[in-house]
Amino acid sequence: MIRVHVSPDPIDIATEMTLAERPKAGAVASFCGLVRADDGVDCLELEHYPGATEAALERIADHALARWSLQAATIVHRVGPMRPGERIVFVAAAAPHRRDALDACAYLIDRLKTDAPFWKRETRDGQASWVEARESDAAAAERWQA
Amino acid sequence: MRLTVLYFAWVRERIGQAEEVVTVPAEVATVADLVGWLAARGGGYAEAMAAPERLRAAIDQNFVGLDASLAGAREVAIFPPVTGG
Repeated sequence: MIRVHVSPDPIDIATEMTLAERPKAGAVASFCGLVRADDGVDCLELEHYPGATEAALERIADHALARWSLQAATIVHRVGPMRPGERIVFVAAAAPHRRDALDACAYLIDRLKTDAPFWKRETRDGQASWVEARESDAAAAERWQA
Repeated sequence: MRLTVLYFAWVRERIGQAEEVVTVPAEVATVADLVGWLAARGGGYAEAMAAPERLRAAIDQNFVGLDASLAGAREVAIFPPVTGG
């Protein structure tokens, strides 16, 4: 089961974890990203490419299902304005055993960083700036190329 | 050729709009050609397209390189490297 959800609504982890818990899964691994409160950021705004975003996330989840033995792959991403400490992204993978769940979970978040059309804009003291893409994110996504 | 062109993030801000329909001449064959053709409009376009190596693109919602052909394209998106997650 694939669940992809892109929305300005806050992410409810309990609901998402419950949805990922499938009857034949013995393991659910999850990752949650929060808006970092460091260096004076008071607002983070997420722009995306409606339609293309959901398609890209579904492709990432499809690849995870093809690569590991999974019962579920979940990708939930928030868009619009957010405050520090709020949840921005949640991914989960459910599998019979922990190794597949853990690896697939890492894959989902690593690929999401480079393969889905989202853009972050930070505001500090009323000054907005677009976040630059990081080389380390490209390297993290690359390691799954094997 | 008639194309719907979408802009995101700082590309959208510099150009001052999120979407437009353009009719490009036949010699505009690739995304890179389109970027050059838009840059030639000057102003915000020139500013947004000044460094093509900082741009990424999608044709009909699939990520492509700037060397991709526009043959058969209906929607082209031009944007900076993505920063989600």
